[in-house]
Amino acid sequence: METGWLLPDLEDPESNEFWAGCARGELLVQACAACGAWRMPPRPMCAVCRSTAVRWEPTTGRGRVWSFIVPHPPLLPAFAEVAPYNSIIVELDDDPGIRFVGNLVASAHGAINEIDPATITIGEPVRVVFHHIEDVTLPRWVRA
Amino acid sequence: MPRQPATGLIKNQTAVAGLGQTTFGKGLPDTELSLACQAVSIALDDAGIEPSEVDGIASYTMEPNREVDVARNVGFGDVTWFAQVGFGGGAGCGVVGQAAMAVATGQCSVAVAWRARKRASAASRPWAQAAARLSDSQQWSRPFGVIRPVDEIAMLTRRYMHEYGGTRDHLANIAIAFRKHAARNPGSTMGHKPMTRADYMNARWISEPLCLFDNCLETDGALAVVVVSAERARDLKQPPAYIHAFAQGLPPQHQTMTNYFTDDPLRGPAWAAAKRMWELADVTASDVKVAQLYDAFSPLIILSLEGYGFCDRGEGGPFTDDGNIEWPNGRLPVNTSGGGMSEAYVHGFNLVLEGARQIRGTSTAQVEGADVSLVTSGEGVPTSAILFTKDV
Repeated sequence: METGWLLPDLEDPESNEFWAGCARGELLVQACAACGAWRMPPRPMCAVCRSTAVRWEPTTGRGRVWSFIVPHPPLLPAFAEVAPYNSIIVELDDDPGIRFVGNLVASAHGAINEIDPATITIGEPVRVVFHHIEDVTLPRWVRA
Repeated sequence: MPRQPATGLIKNQTAVAGLGQTTFGKGLPDTELSLACQAVSIALDDAGIEPSEVDGIASYTMEPNREVDVARNVGFGDVTWFAQVGFGGGAGCGVVGQAAMAVATGQCSVAVAWRARKRASAASRPWAQAAARLSDSQQWSRPFGVIRPVDEIAMLTRRYMHEYGGTRDHLANIAIAFRKHAARNPGSTMGHKPMTRADYMNARWISEPLCLFDNCLETDGALAVVVVSAERARDLKQPPAYIHAFAQGLPPQHQTMTNYFTDDPLRGPAWAAAKRMWELADVTASDVKVAQLYDAFSPLIILSLEGYGFCDRGEGGPFTDDGNIEWPNGRLPVNTSGGGMSEAYVHGFNLVLEGARQIRGTSTAQVEGADVSLVTSGEGVPTSAILFTKDV
């Protein structure tokens, strides 16, 4: 299952803490260690105060659907196999300026094509779950 | 400190004096290098300039052909200025505008810019060439199935529809208008195939809410332009398309097509480029008689109409109603050669040539009295735009 999935490089120095958090079941956000501003995606410098010091902070893992799509083939084989599926963007309740791309699933280990896309609405509440593929843990989302 | 007012040192100082293009198609036998050289050679002949006079080169960073290879094949002289512009489809007006700056400032006197691509084969598309593991911004979208450019733009389209009430009918207006324009253009690849609203509505999905006809074509071919001083252009074979104003745009916190992380993802690079371009110009959006707007995907037309100030935010969809973007009677005919969706998709460079043809008076959907002609490059990536004028 999910062979040939597109996956992050867990050694990427900008993001490895995020992926390590997912492996522990935590959805983390990178914060500036100087001024405290949250930012996503992770990056080396804070655009607010230009500090390069970072820390990682926990979130509630709750948010709302900001947008969604339903991709159809032609796609890479691993994704074509489950198409049409949904991809969503979630804005976090903790800070709506922080958004994550993800998938809406019925359960943590469900397939990304299980939810009827016609039932997905912008603004609906969701919460994070975690799903393992190879050595990677991806955040996914279920209805809250 | 307030920014210095724009003074527009290059305003009307240069012109596009030569246009060249190869045939467009799928699976053309010629190499990309051969196509590039043919397009440049045709553009020089069109201008009436010898290749040995070429001393400036502007190209896309994604261009497969190196400056040295085009220069020694076509027979350029001592090249004293060369530069590239990044971000794929955002670079089209960028390379022409950079060439104009180089000519206007004396770094060169005859500059060429071109784009050559063989992308009609599915295997050549970048998204299909998956890296083993993702370490750049793609790691935040591709593991979740947002893989192709169409997926990235579909996500913004759905949000746009939610915020502003845009509809598929608006997107259909765009696809149908461009197909009608292509039908008048014998060089277009899709002009022979009419499109009805039912054809659009029944087309297969690619990434909902976008269907097949919301996507540009993938085309083999090449196009080139020659940029010289306005003074020189007046003595050459063709009516000059003066480069009146040019700007590039890269807004705060922008992250190319997965621009989901800013406060206002639906306010893209067009707004940044437009602000500077209109400051530099003596004309306003209401003076523009015809526009070539970058159309890798139909929703980019709606965003560009808003970004370049043809209507307010949220009104780009209704702007396309009632034939408003269609030749000959629309308020603003858009993509009069068929654009990337129905003529050819060569990273938006065909839009540059059509914008200049409208000034020359040689378009196959010629707008009467076209004295101000806008061309824009890729919205959704760091972009660029040019205003061509007929008179200075």
